[in-house]
Amino acid sequence: MMMHVTLVDWLVIAVGVAAIGLVNWYFFFAERAAVIANTGPSGRQEVTVVVRGGYEPSTIRVKAGRPVRLAFDRQETSSCSEEIVFPDFNVRQFLPAHQRTIIDLTPPKAGTYEFTCGMSMLHGRLVAD
Amino acid sequence: MAASNLTHTGTPPVAADTEKVVIPVSGMTCAACQSRVQRTLNKAPGVVDASVNLMMGSATVAFDPSATNPQALVETIRSTGYGAELPIDDQSAFEEQEARDRAQDEEFQDLRRKAIASGIVGVVAMLASMPLMASAAHTAQGAVADPFMRWVMTSLTPPLRATLPWLYAVPAMLLSYSLLALTLGTMAWAGRHFYTRAWVSFRHHSADMNTLIAVGTGAAFLYSVIATVAPEVFVAHGIAPDVYYEAVVIIIALILTGNAFEARAKRQTATALRALAKLQPKTARVVRNDLEVDVPIDEVRRGDIVVVRPGERIPVDGEVVSGESAVDESMLTGESLPVAKHAGDRVIGATINSTGAFRYQATTLGADSVLAQIVKLMRDAQGTRAPIQKLADRVSSIFVPAVMSIAIATFVAWFVALHVSGAIGGAALVHAFAAAVAVLIIACPCAMGLAVPTAVMVSSGKGAEMGILIKGGEALQRAGDLTTVVLDKTGTVTEGKPTVTDLIPAADIVREDLLRYVASVERLSQHPLADAIVRVAKEQGLTLSTAKDFRSFTGRGAIATIDGDVVAVGNEAFMHDFGVDVASYGVDASRLSAEGKTAVYVALESRMAGLIAVADPVRPSSRAAIAELRAMGLDVVMLTGDNQRTADAVAREAGIDRAVAGVLPDGKVAEIARLQAEGRVVAMVGDGINDGAAIARSDLGFAIATGTDVAVEAADVALMRGDLMGVVQAIKLSRRTMRTMKQNLFWAFIYNVVGIPIAAGALYPAFGLLLSPILASAAMAFSSVSVVSNSLRLRRYHAA
Repeated sequence: MMMHVTLVDWLVIAVGVAAIGLVNWYFFFAERAAVIANTGPSGRQEVTVVVRGGYEPSTIRVKAGRPVRLAFDRQETSSCSEEIVFPDFNVRQFLPAHQRTIIDLTPPKAGTYEFTCGMSMLHGRLVAD
Repeated sequence: MAASNLTHTGTPPVAADTEKVVIPVSGMTCAACQSRVQRTLNKAPGVVDASVNLMMGSATVAFDPSATNPQALVETIRSTGYGAELPIDDQSAFEEQEARDRAQDEEFQDLRRKAIASGIVGVVAMLASMPLMASAAHTAQGAVADPFMRWVMTSLTPPLRATLPWLYAVPAMLLSYSLLALTLGTMAWAGRHFYTRAWVSFRHHSADMNTLIAVGTGAAFLYSVIATVAPEVFVAHGIAPDVYYEAVVIIIALILTGNAFEARAKRQTATALRALAKLQPKTARVVRNDLEVDVPIDEVRRGDIVVVRPGERIPVDGEVVSGESAVDESMLTGESLPVAKHAGDRVIGATINSTGAFRYQATTLGADSVLAQIVKLMRDAQGTRAPIQKLADRVSSIFVPAVMSIAIATFVAWFVALHVSGAIGGAALVHAFAAAVAVLIIACPCAMGLAVPTAVMVSSGKGAEMGILIKGGEALQRAGDLTTVVLDKTGTVTEGKPTVTDLIPAADIVREDLLRYVASVERLSQHPLADAIVRVAKEQGLTLSTAKDFRSFTGRGAIATIDGDVVAVGNEAFMHDFGVDVASYGVDASRLSAEGKTAVYVALESRMAGLIAVADPVRPSSRAAIAELRAMGLDVVMLTGDNQRTADAVAREAGIDRAVAGVLPDGKVAEIARLQAEGRVVAMVGDGINDGAAIARSDLGFAIATGTDVAVEAADVALMRGDLMGVVQAIKLSRRTMRTMKQNLFWAFIYNVVGIPIAAGALYPAFGLLLSPILASAAMAFSSVSVVSNSLRLRRYHAA
């Protein structure tokens, strides 16, 4: 039985390590586009978030201490995205498919507030500064 | 959510940034009333336009939601002296529930259809691939890598050869291409959403369940396609051109089956909420212009007289004005016995009248009603998260990329290990590939995500059925950690309503006379004990005499002339003031005092006529409930503002070993803080009115709901029934729920912790055991079903 590591093996190892690195970079570190909320005439910051296999945009920048209105436009029936959860605001809201659902909240202070789907698989961030 | 109780009508056109709400207004009788409400509303901040309709009894208000809100508008209307309620909120809760049910039902139907169809295709594909595998088994590369399929093949081949010999005559090429077409069709129809959703997730840099399924089945499919279309590529490298079509189809079928079961089970977690929302009757029979008319429920106004016939459901909350009956309140309070209702008693909307008929005046309506408050409380509770979920959330958020990394590592490890130990590249590739696919398929984050929320859902519904409203996952979790329960005495351990317990007349006095004399005097007194005595006298049907020359001495007693005789009623010192000899009652008096009762001395013309004892009786259920709490390993402490003697007597009767007497409201907070400083986790049980601060200070506040206010702000648990058994049940239910959550999390974690290494081939070196991707998909599909089913078991839970 031959017991030596060949070039092919080294190649497979190298490609595997690279692939693992790529997967983790892509899902955890790759830059995501942030959107700055528009401020309406009443001073409320408004953003529409498209819910379709994820949140678009998934990072929303707002001003702290001012009311924020998020319109979640759920364009799918996948049960994965049927709920939106803002753990810091004690919000868990059902999003009817193919409808816009309004969530009003006011980030009390500067910071990052996560929002997720009901099962914490899809992620978005509300960044208040 | 903010928009849920708004009625958008569109006319007259309003600026883009305003919202409209229609608020029912009651009490307006003339055009002057109408214009007053309208004027006030139009002057209110944030109101763009308000119009009030006298005939409809409603105000239509366009307002700027950033400056005001419907509740503030209701307050504005109320400030004018007219009644106003927000439109019924539980209606929208009900509609939302219906929308959710419809969505889940459609999903279930769709999944079931696809699961059945792909299951049939899967069986066909499996049979069709038998000849392919059989021929592969005779080639140099040996049998198929998938151990499950190898087992199926060896056991199925002989009967299949006997029944369908022509199948083995079909050219392998034709079989392969037919399978390719069949699989592609299944993927594009039944499994389509796995791929489309995985793709959109991927574009958002996120990954979920679908990603794993799509990558796993996609890889197996692509491999098979290459083996079919260009087998020479494989053969040239010494690899058998195996195909895995049947595995792809069966994996899709199994996962769809699991999802269908899961969709159905998830629907059942909200059964209790659905049942509550459906309790609300649609119409009420009210008296309008001396006529009984049926009106829709949202047209009932505060102060309307509502007519209830035998067997009917009571439409709204109110106070009985005439007639009497017994009412079944079990659906809201958990109290199984019907509750007697007389004039002046409170009735709750959605409860069921038994045999009597009565009329009552509507009090709280719409969003303020008891039912709406319960529904809202439950919905809010179901929206909260239990702290125990944090770990699961953290794991979920990194789960899929982590599993993909493990799958790649599995592939590399297998390939290198086999290759280095001398296997030809082809066999190494095939084994490594099957193991990596099995890892992708078996990993399941869904069960972790469902573990805690489904238990909170089912348990809050179960609690509501028993008249226990637990305000969320955190309260559930803390209830499981309690060590000490502090009870307020008055109204919690005791009835909170003093009553006459003993009548000890002098030898020459008739019992009824004694009571009648005292009651006739006390009728004019303001003292709480006096109320109790007068009530008992009235209950016994005694006719009270008119008292003359009534004089009251604060803290001592009162004196008056009844039917020409001077009657003195008061404490022992009061009797001494009048020179009454009380010596012969010494024994009785000290016995009563030791029993925690207050002795009232009665003198007739300066001679003792007897003693009356008044006490706040311990609730019949308290003793059993307290014994139960202690049996659960909890320390029970009673707090009271009464003197130590009374406190000790009540504590003895209720079976409490520690009573802290003479405690003022501030003192209750301090006592709770002191217990907490000892490292105890303290629950405070009170009526929520006098003990609000202590309830807020405690780790878990229980409020016994009184009046129409269900949602006592500071409390974590609201009890719909004035009964300590509710505390016992709440703690038991919480402990049981915590156990369910822990089981769920344990199984969800352990499933992945054990399943992924097995799929990766951890058992292969020792036992030669490899997990087939098909078995992996079956395990995965049922892991989330098992978690939801475990939570549903809480529905059958019976608190003793």
